[in-house]
Amino acid sequence: MIPELGHFALACAVALAIAQGVVGIFGPSLRDARALRAAPALAFSHFLAIGLAFLALVWAGVVSDFTVENIADFSSSAVPLVYRISGIWGNHDGSILLWCLILALCGLAVALFGGNLPASLRSRVLGVMGLISGGFLLFTLTVSDPFTRLWPPPLDGAGVNPILQDPGLAFHPPVLYTGYVGFSVAFAFAIAALIEGRIDAAWGRWVRPWALISWCFLTSGIALGSWWSYYTLGWGGYWFWDPVENASLLPWLTGTALLHCAIVVEKRETLKAWTVLLAIATFSLSLTGTFLVRSGVLNSVHSFAAAPDQGLFILALLGLTIGGSLLLFAIRAPVLAATGIYAPISRESALVLNNVFLCAIAAVVFTGTLYPPFANLLFGIQLSVGAPFFNQTVLPLAAPIIVAMGVGPLLAWKRADLLPVLQRLWLAGAVAAIVFLAVAASRHVIAGVGLAGGAWVMVSALIDIGGRVRLFRVPLGNSLARFVTLPRAAIGAALGHIGFGVTVLGIAGMTLAVQKVVILQPGQSTELGGYTWTLQDIHDAPGPNYTQRVADISVDGLILHPSRRNFTAQKVTTNDAAIHTNGFQDIYAVFADEPAGGGAELRLNRHPMAPEIWFGGLIMALGGFVSLSDRRLRVGAPARRKAAEAAVA
Amino acid sequence: MSPWRRRLLFAIPLALAAAGGEAFYVILRRMQNNSYDPHALPSPLIGKRPPAFTLPGANGMQGFANTDIAAPPRPMLVNWFASWCAPCLQEAPILQALAAQGLPIWGIAYQDDPANLAQFLAQNGTPYQRLGADASGLTAINWGVYGVPETYFIDKTGIVRWRYAGALTQDVVEAQLTPLLRQYA
Repeated sequence: MIPELGHFALACAVALAIAQGVVGIFGPSLRDARALRAAPALAFSHFLAIGLAFLALVWAGVVSDFTVENIADFSSSAVPLVYRISGIWGNHDGSILLWCLILALCGLAVALFGGNLPASLRSRVLGVMGLISGGFLLFTLTVSDPFTRLWPPPLDGAGVNPILQDPGLAFHPPVLYTGYVGFSVAFAFAIAALIEGRIDAAWGRWVRPWALISWCFLTSGIALGSWWSYYTLGWGGYWFWDPVENASLLPWLTGTALLHCAIVVEKRETLKAWTVLLAIATFSLSLTGTFLVRSGVLNSVHSFAAAPDQGLFILALLGLTIGGSLLLFAIRAPVLAATGIYAPISRESALVLNNVFLCAIAAVVFTGTLYPPFANLLFGIQLSVGAPFFNQTVLPLAAPIIVAMGVGPLLAWKRADLLPVLQRLWLAGAVAAIVFLAVAASRHVIAGVGLAGGAWVMVSALIDIGGRVRLFRVPLGNSLARFVTLPRAAIGAALGHIGFGVTVLGIAGMTLAVQKVVILQPGQSTELGGYTWTLQDIHDAPGPNYTQRVADISVDGLILHPSRRNFTAQKVTTNDAAIHTNGFQDIYAVFADEPAGGGAELRLNRHPMAPEIWFGGLIMALGGFVSLSDRRLRVGAPARRKAAEAAVA
Repeated sequence: MSPWRRRLLFAIPLALAAAGGEAFYVILRRMQNNSYDPHALPSPLIGKRPPAFTLPGANGMQGFANTDIAAPPRPMLVNWFASWCAPCLQEAPILQALAAQGLPIWGIAYQDDPANLAQFLAQNGTPYQRLGADASGLTAINWGVYGVPETYFIDKTGIVRWRYAGALTQDVVEAQLTPLLRQYA
C-alpha cells in the first residue's frame, strides 16, 4: 500500500513540476499578481509530493518490504538499519529519486529565501527548475521506477553491496548531489536572465550565494568521496581519475570559475555573457556527470547498471536542457554589453586568468575522459586514458593558478601595480623558498615544488588578512577589533584559499608515500618508513552480517587491526584497512590475503600529509559558508536593515 | 568585432554540445544493437595462437595441450570456468545449447577443487568434449585471462579470433558468436 502511495505521489510531483515550469516561465508575461505568486506555491507542493514519494521508499527500506523490487535487489533483513536507508540511494533508481528530491528542495529554498528578488525573476527561476525537475521525474516514473513490485517476493533481499556498507555511503552521495543539483539554481538564474535579456550587478549579487552554497557542498562531497575511496578500497589512493570522479571534478572546476567571475559581474558589470555561459556549463556538466556516466557509455568502477534505453531517454532530456539553454545563449547573449573596463594588471584580469586556467584544466579533463569512447567511435580503436595523462596535463596548468592565487586577492580593482603587491608578499615567497629547499635537498623535487606551492598560497592568504587588519602596524587589540568587523566575504575567500593550499600540501606530501607488500608469519617483523611493523597475531572476530579475520600489527608500540571481511550473503570478501593518523601522517595497513603457506599478506603504507587532502577540502567548504554569512549576501538583510533604519528615524 | 562574428562566436558552445550529443547518441545506439561494448577488454591473443601449455585432465576427462588445438577440424570454443564462480553457473545453459548444436567446446577449470568441480558438472551438465585443469592458474596468466568465465573462439588454423570476458548470454551468442561461426565455418 505505502509503495503505491509513493508511486502516486511521484505522479503528482510530475504534474506539479510541469505546472511550476509553465506557470513560472510564462506567468510573468500575464502581468497578473496571482500568476507571479503561483510558482512559489507550486514549488512548495512539488517538494511535498516528492518528499512523500521518497519517504515511502525509505519506509519500504526500513521495514524490508521485499515485494518492492528495488528493496529486494539492494537490501536484506540482515543489513543494519542505517545501510537499509542509505542503500536506497546506493542504486540507480533510488539515487535518481534522491536527485529529484534535492532539486525540489532547491526550488523550495528559492521560493522561501528569494523574497528579495524581483517577483518576475523569481517566478522564471522557479519555472526553469520546475521544467528540469518535471523531465527527470518523468524519467523516474516511466523507465526508472523505484516502486516496481515483485511477485512472488523473495524470502530475503540480495543485500547491500558490502563495499557500500560504510558510513561514507550514507553521507557522500547526498552531499555530492546537493552540490550538483544546487548549481541548477545558478543555471536557472542564467536562463531567466537570458529570457529577460538583463544582467546587472544586482543579478551577480543574487546568483552568487546560490552558486557558493552549491560549491561548498560539491567541495565537501568530492572530499568525502575521495576520503571514502581512500579508506574503503584499501589501495591507499585518494584519486584515480576514474570517469565518475572526473565527472564530479568538472563542475567543480567550472563552478569555481563561476564563483570568481560572478564577483566581477557584481563589482564591475563586465564578463556577463561569460558568467552566464559558466553557469550553464557547470550545471550541464553536473547533469552529464550524473546521468551519462551511468548510461554505461564510460568504463568506470562506479557501475550503476542501467539499460541503454534509459540512456536514450536521459540523452533526450540532456539534449533539451543543455541544447535549449545553449540555443538561448546563442540568440540572447550577444546583446549583453559590458560596461566596466579594466587594465591588464587588475583584480579583474587576475580573475580572468583564474578562469582561463580553471577552464583549461576542465577542458583537458573532459577530453581525457571522453576520448576513449569517441576514439572508438571515430577511429575504431580501443584505448584507455589513465592517471599518467591526467597527472602530466593537469599539474602544469595548476601551477600558474597556484602562483596567481597568492597575488590576485591583493590586486586593486580596475588598475593595480604589481610591484607593491609582490613586495607585500615577500614573506610568502621566502616561506615557499625555504620549504622548497628543505624538501628538494632530499631529492624530492616534485614534492618540494608542491609543498612550496601550498605554503605560498596559505601564507599569502594570511598576508592578505593581516594587511586588512593592519597587523603589527596598529596595536594587537586594534587589529583584533578590525578583524571582527572585516567583511565575512574577505575572511571566507582567505579561508577558501588557505584550504586549497592545505589540499595542495596533502597532494604534494602523498608523493613521498612509501609502501610495501610483505608476507609475514605471526611474530615476524619488517621495516618501512622508519618504523618496525610486527605481525602479532591473526584471529577471528564476529561481525553483524559478515565474519572476519583480523591481523594485529604493532607499529612501534601502536596496534593496528586490519581485517578481511567475508560477507556471507553475497560471498564477497572485502579488506578493511586500518589507518592511524596523527593529523599530519597516516599509517595505513591492509590485510590483503592469507596465503597457502600460512601467515598474512600485508600491504603497509606510510602516507605523509595525507589527512591534509580532505582537511583542506573541508576548510575550503568552511570558507564558503563563512563567506555566505556576509551581511551583503545574507538573504533579505538589506531589506531588514532599511526597515530598522526607518523604525529608528 | 562585427555583430555577425559575435553571434557566430556565441553559437560555438551550442555547436560543440550538439556534436557531443550526436556522438553519445551513436554510441548508445551501437550499445543497443551490441556492436559496441564500452567494457570490452581487448585480448592480446586475438589473431595469435594460444601460448604453449599442457593441462592434465579433470573429472575423469581427457586434458589437452596447445598442440591439440593447433589445427582443429572445425572452429571451436575454449571456455574458462570454475565451480566457485556465479556467472559460470549462469552461462551453463547457453554452453549446453551450443554443445547440443554441435559446436565443439573444450573447458579449462581454473583453480578448482576436484570435488566441487565434479558436483558442479553433475548439477549443470558437461558441455565440454575435453576438460583441462589449470590448478596453479599459470596458464590463465599466459592467456591473459581477466577472470572467469571467459570464452575464446579458435578457428580451423588454431588462431584466436574472439574473446568474451563474462557470462555468455543469448544476445552475445546471436550478435557476436553466430556471425563468427558463419565467417570461419
